[in-house]
Amino acid sequence: MTDTLPGAAIPNPLDEAAINAAVEDAVAAIAAASSLDELKAVRLAHTGEKSPLSLANREIGGLAKEHKAAAGKLMGSSRGRVNQALAARTQVLEAENDARILIEETVDVTAAPRRRRAGARHPLSTLQDRVSDIFVGMGWEIAEGPEVESEWFNFDALNFKPDHPAREMQDTFFVEPPEAHLLMRTHTSPVQVRSMLEREVPIYVLCPGKVFRTDELDATHTPVFHQFEGLAIDKNLSMADLRGTLEHFARQMFGDEASIRLRPNYFPFTEPSAELDIWHPGAKGGPRWIEWGGCGMVNPNVLRAAGIDPDVYSGFAFGMGIERTLMFRNEVGDMRDMIEGDVRFSEHFGMEI
Amino acid sequence: MRIPLSWLREFAQVPADATAEDVMADLVKVGFEEEDVHRPTDELKGPVVVGQVLSLVKEPQTNGKTINWCQVRVVPEGQGQTLTGEGIDPSGVQGIICGAHNFVEGDKVVVTLPGAVLPGNFRISARKTYGHLSAGMIASVRELGIGDDHDGILVLSRIGLDPEIGTDAMELLGLYDQAAEINVTPDRGYAFSIRGVAREYAHATGTSFVDPASKVDAPASLQGGYGVKLNDDAPIYGKPGCDRFVARTVRGVDASRPTPPWMSSRLRLAGVRSISLPVDISNYVMLELGQPNHCYDLDKLSGDIVVRRAVAGEKITTLDDKERTLDAEDLLITDDSGAIGIAGVMGGAHTEVSDSTTNILVEAAHFDEVSIARSRRRHKLPSEASKRFERGVDWHVANVAAQRVVDLLVELAGGAADEAGTDVGTAPDAVVIDLPAGYASARIGIDFTEEQITTSLEDLGAVVEKTSSGYRVTAPSWRNDLETKEDLSEEVARLVGYDNIPATLPVAPPGRGLSRTQQQKRRVVQALADAGLTEVLSYPFVTKAANDTFGAAEEGVPRPALKLANPISEEHGYLRTSILPGLIEVARRNHSRGFRDLALYEAGLVFLPGDKLGTESIPPLGVKPSDEVLDALYDGVPDQPLHIAAVLTGHDSPAAATHKPRAWDWADAVDVARLIADVLGVELVVSQGSHQAFHPGRAAQLALRNGDVVGYAGELHPKLLAEHDMPARSVAVEVDVDALFEAAADVIVAKHISGFPVATQDVALVVPQDVPADQVLSALREGAGELLEDVSLFDVYVGPGIDEGRKSLAFGLRFRANDRTLTADEASEARAAAVAVAADRFGAVQR
Repeated sequence: MTDTLPGAAIPNPLDEAAINAAVEDAVAAIAAASSLDELKAVRLAHTGEKSPLSLANREIGGLAKEHKAAAGKLMGSSRGRVNQALAARTQVLEAENDARILIEETVDVTAAPRRRRAGARHPLSTLQDRVSDIFVGMGWEIAEGPEVESEWFNFDALNFKPDHPAREMQDTFFVEPPEAHLLMRTHTSPVQVRSMLEREVPIYVLCPGKVFRTDELDATHTPVFHQFEGLAIDKNLSMADLRGTLEHFARQMFGDEASIRLRPNYFPFTEPSAELDIWHPGAKGGPRWIEWGGCGMVNPNVLRAAGIDPDVYSGFAFGMGIERTLMFRNEVGDMRDMIEGDVRFSEHFGMEI
Repeated sequence: MRIPLSWLREFAQVPADATAEDVMADLVKVGFEEEDVHRPTDELKGPVVVGQVLSLVKEPQTNGKTINWCQVRVVPEGQGQTLTGEGIDPSGVQGIICGAHNFVEGDKVVVTLPGAVLPGNFRISARKTYGHLSAGMIASVRELGIGDDHDGILVLSRIGLDPEIGTDAMELLGLYDQAAEINVTPDRGYAFSIRGVAREYAHATGTSFVDPASKVDAPASLQGGYGVKLNDDAPIYGKPGCDRFVARTVRGVDASRPTPPWMSSRLRLAGVRSISLPVDISNYVMLELGQPNHCYDLDKLSGDIVVRRAVAGEKITTLDDKERTLDAEDLLITDDSGAIGIAGVMGGAHTEVSDSTTNILVEAAHFDEVSIARSRRRHKLPSEASKRFERGVDWHVANVAAQRVVDLLVELAGGAADEAGTDVGTAPDAVVIDLPAGYASARIGIDFTEEQITTSLEDLGAVVEKTSSGYRVTAPSWRNDLETKEDLSEEVARLVGYDNIPATLPVAPPGRGLSRTQQQKRRVVQALADAGLTEVLSYPFVTKAANDTFGAAEEGVPRPALKLANPISEEHGYLRTSILPGLIEVARRNHSRGFRDLALYEAGLVFLPGDKLGTESIPPLGVKPSDEVLDALYDGVPDQPLHIAAVLTGHDSPAAATHKPRAWDWADAVDVARLIADVLGVELVVSQGSHQAFHPGRAAQLALRNGDVVGYAGELHPKLLAEHDMPARSVAVEVDVDALFEAAADVIVAKHISGFPVATQDVALVVPQDVPADQVLSALREGAGELLEDVSLFDVYVGPGIDEGRKSLAFGLRFRANDRTLTADEASEARAAAVAVAADRFGAVQR
């Protein structure tokens, strides 16, 4: 022990018992050291210049020549034993120390602050991407176009006769002056016309985007809303192809249980025309049919307007509302939530829908 | 269109227990969407019976009112009351208090007995009032929910009824009937009639159908009637405005007679108000046969009827007592006195039938769809007649309808029909369509049998003739929507049933995926959300002031903007030239709802009209326009680039224990712009800017390397923030991302990565206050030469040790060579060269 050291007699380096006793002393002190600081003191006391073993070692020089080897051997192994014990104890104490520091550094992880804002996409825009991806996966292209359009693209090219009541089914925002024949597109169908004019047949395009009608805002109407419309022009397309495409899409969106139903309807740009209902297996309140959109076989006049020969090619088209899809898919109860820009609406969805 | 079931049953096999819902479920299969159900018994429940007022004692009250204490017999004399219940008197006579005075002893009235429920969930019970036990109510039409008449009690004799006491009054008044309301698409004018819907019901259910027109005994030809001339000297699209005019006369009618309840109840269920017997008959026949028609007071007509176009400026006072100035394109019914009706739209007030009318001229004519549609729009006069004419009416039903009106006038108004009549005009050619064999099958995807095709088309009323190549189909006269082989394909599919169409999935040719621009847009929109911003959407409708402020950098330079002809709000009648006004409004709304820390963004189109605005005319439908015409159409559509804008206000993150959030400032706005540019790999040149919507000292102009300005970022102008109730120091950015998309490199060429060590050197330069740091940085970059790897500004200092009006900018420079380890001397030399350029350009002095 350290307190026994001062004044202790210098052991004889040939006195094995004394040297062993010093080693035992040192090893015991090392084992007893409970911290790195204590160990440091022990190290100085038992291996420092004034330590019995160092002093004994120094005595070797004064020994008779024939004794030097034996003393050197004894001292070498003795000091080795002490150093070994020191190293081992150091390792233990350092490990303990490291562990203690880590324990001391413990924090309350439940109090972690949010240092970064959680951003969010608008669910209408996320849904639009999701729909687009399904069609891109089927080899379709995505087409976009202007929101203020020429009346020709929005109506005439789509076989809306100038004086027919069908033209008034879609309450249209007109742009001044009226003589310029500009309006805010009432559907994304003008993009279909542009696609037909710009592309070579066969054409498979999906046109998502914003559309406008002069409806006052309420729980189920908004003057600005979003649609996606699909158009396929190819040889020998039939209504069966339309149904197959819609069914595939419906299952991608709503699961394998989803199916679709067609009901006769009228649109100037398709003949035959159909209303599209979807069997929504996950609908709130149980599975049921939900009115989803319109569709049909492209009217030959629409193909002619784009310079496509209706005797060679046929096509189908369909259109659905993105707001409506979001409303029944994600149980949004009020249209106003989608358009007022309240951050709670977007942030609730985050990056997903 | 509302279809009273009792009416439909006259012509179609509707099961006796079918409800309006059942009928709608059938009709939806053939293309008529369900709209609503109209069923009086949903609101009105019996017992409601016919009673006779035995005695009526007038009892003046202290409040000045006089009430009648009535004894009303509700079961025939000598019979006992079979009804039981609280308040039902076994004697068959009920004591009832009544406040109305328009009836007398002996009148037969409608009595709602205790236990009955009236519209508005008004329960009838016996109750003490005015010192008597009043056990029931003597009802008015209003209380029964069958009219708006305030005149008091419904006295049955006044509507021509003298039923036995105790009769079920609900049965008597047609209140057990119900109507299905369906939506009729604009191509199917014929379905605006019981005739059309009954036929469709037969299609939907596979049952039989009786054409109401076949039940009318109309003469094959008419002669010697009232003089009518068709003088259209300006047909639209070459089609005469009127190609048939049938006129019939009925004399000696009593126009004041009441409309019988069976008719008025059907009209009411069909949504048509009962007006007078002749008008009700006219409407009834229109609803039944789909032929709008008109009754004139014959004695108010002078001279021949002439159907002609108006003289511009000519005037007419229509039935609604409004004077209307006519357009030269309006088709008129006229006599010697001038216009007596806008053809197919609305009759004139002067020749209207009244209670004193005794002689009636009935008109049933056929008008051109386009002519009627234009007049209706021009005069904003949507009427039941115009609705049918603009969708198309069966040319061949006019004389049938006229006969039906005549028959009803004779039967109900007591007149006598003249044998002579008028029928002028020319029948249009029947529409004949060739349907190639196999065409419908190919278009629909069902392998139709020959029988399915012929039966379906014949059921519609078409005449089908088999030819060597398919079918020759003569369309029925009431189906003006059938013109092409596609139309016929739809009819066959519709009648066979859309449910039988199989599903096949066509394979698109190999695609290209999203276009580059679409991918760029996605990445930017997603990156902003990833960076913690919240995407919102706002309307593009803004005020003129908003466009003037946000659309142009310089004040007082009005921004050309598109104005809507029919905006929802006049104030917000312009289309945005900037996203920011809408976004600031969204920010304000969120702020007012208690959300103080906001980072909002929106991606959307803005509308930037140029010199060309639209086209004077538009090409016709069904033909591809020439390239010149198409180019003009494309050119006339204004520029609508995609912009992204963001508004930041409050703090960058929520405050929390151990976390002090940072207030958003102008630099965050610039950073959003940089983020967008970084995502696209486009270099954005930020310079000191000036924009009226921004703080004059804290606005950054954002430009491409070529100098094109693509946006602004910075602190919004304090005055503007105050005006918009927004917190001070709110910041914003708006960028034309279409311009950035275009500026993005198609292919990025790889750069050599040097493995040699870096040599860093710092330099502090003192420059005049107004020298932008970015320009000093550019000067250093230029001067340092190609050894410079990177340079960044790490400190700006103003204060002791620096002269007034100057600032110290500290830059870190990183040098590296591609081929060797740089020596300290080489790095210092390059640094000195960099400083020399800055010194030369801005008088920069090393600190």
